[in-house]
Amino acid sequence: MPASAAKLRLAETVKEADLVIDGVTMRFETREGAITAVDDMSFSVERGEFVSIIGPSGCGKSTVFNILGGLVRGYEGKVSVGGDVISGPHPSIGMVFQEESTFPWRTVLDNVAFPLEVKGVRKAERHEAARHFIDMVGLNGFEQRYPAELSGGMRQRVAIARTLVFEPKILLMDEPFAALDEQTRLLLGDKVLKIQETLKQTTLLITHNITEAVQLSDRVIIMTFRPGKVKRIVDIRLPRPRTGDVVGSEAFGRHVAEIWNDLREEASRGMAESEAGARRRKG
Amino acid sequence: MRLAGIPPLAIGFATVGLVLGVVELLLLLGLLNQFVIPLPSAVLGSFGRLFAEEQLLERLMMTGSEALAASVLVSVVGISLGVLLYKVRILALATEPWVAAVAAAPVVLAYPLFLVIFGRSAATIIAMGFVAGLAPVILKTLEGLKGVRKSLINVGLSYNLTPSQQFWKIEFPAAIPTIFVGVRLGLVFALINLIGVEFLINFGGLGQLINDLAERYDLAGVFATIVFVILVSVVIFAALERMERWLRPGR
Repeated sequence: MPASAAKLRLAETVKEADLVIDGVTMRFETREGAITAVDDMSFSVERGEFVSIIGPSGCGKSTVFNILGGLVRGYEGKVSVGGDVISGPHPSIGMVFQEESTFPWRTVLDNVAFPLEVKGVRKAERHEAARHFIDMVGLNGFEQRYPAELSGGMRQRVAIARTLVFEPKILLMDEPFAALDEQTRLLLGDKVLKIQETLKQTTLLITHNITEAVQLSDRVIIMTFRPGKVKRIVDIRLPRPRTGDVVGSEAFGRHVAEIWNDLREEASRGMAESEAGARRRKG
Repeated sequence: MRLAGIPPLAIGFATVGLVLGVVELLLLLGLLNQFVIPLPSAVLGSFGRLFAEEQLLERLMMTGSEALAASVLVSVVGISLGVLLYKVRILALATEPWVAAVAAAPVVLAYPLFLVIFGRSAATIIAMGFVAGLAPVILKTLEGLKGVRKSLINVGLSYNLTPSQQFWKIEFPAAIPTIFVGVRLGLVFALINLIGVEFLINFGGLGQLINDLAERYDLAGVFATIVFVILVSVVIFAALERMERWLRPGR
């Protein structure tokens, strides 16, 4: 095959993929030697697709998140967004963080308007945009409140609205609901589903919660425990548009069981290693 | 027990009034010594005399403006140096332990040095207050900036903020509560030293008046003047709290 044809073929496969992760490996130097956090990971996320990455604690999920967000460098392989190889935070990517990330000194309105403010958008305009997304996450009426006056779930919705206001093509979320209780998490999952159906955004969710992954995703990428690799990619065959009712369906249960089957081995390996580590430190 | 419906301020005043009443009673009964503690009523009674004969108002203004000048200097210079140490890590590594040592040192003992440099003037008093209050502001500014949550910093990075946006929109506002802890500490040290040096070099406002009155064994006058020293600090701290809430709303 001539080089130009190969290039063309590559361009065709990449065309529909918004996010391509190609052979990404990340090593950290620690006191106990070098650790390979992520090992030769490759996958792609298509335009408008909702993909979850699931894995046990310590499998390098958050490292993948930080790499895709352009917050860490020094990895092997490449990440491209709409064909551009990234070398730092990419303007098409919006990030929602696991930890509390709202600004406590700004009202909900000014929190959400923040990305537009730093880009120099006029006040009236950015507030109008912010109001639209505050409404979308269901926080209308709370525009003038400060984060300390809201619940954890509401604050995380503020963070989501703040990311959406920027209208990123790709939404990256790192366990955004990890700190919330199960019921709130399911309800927020519904909200995320609705928003994604409206905006048709390419979304990559990092999670350790199997139900959340199945409830929201088109595909679930299962990661192995250290070094983090792609173990398997599961297609979630649940109808869309989805509602909260899907959680009770038989197909849902089958997917959860299937993923847990793959994950159990990794999770127990992770648990055994962290216990061994604790024992070593004690001795 | 709940004191429903009574405003806290009223309860505060009532408590002070009650304590003063009890002290007055104990003094009158001879259970406390009037040569050591003046009668609260005599202290209150001396206010008029102090204003008329001892230029209390002018002295209050003088100490007040010295305190204000020292506070502004302590805050502006302290916060700026703290930011500098945060930005230039090698400087912080080299100087932080020394700054901490200065914070614990009784700087007031260095007053003769300041007398030589600035003369027996308000400048010496302000400089002493400034030097005494500086260290905690620097240390807490540095601590506040170093302690900004990683997730907030990452939010800024993810939006590709410029370094100056990153500092002014995220790091500095996030550090304000800790910085203000330092400013409050710094101002306490500055005020104590200010009044102390006024007393020691017998120059200036309320500190000098306390010195004079103590020499004359006017106990009631001494206590009355101390009340005005407290007033100065109350005013400064109330203003500081206002400023913090204005700079950093929403807790």
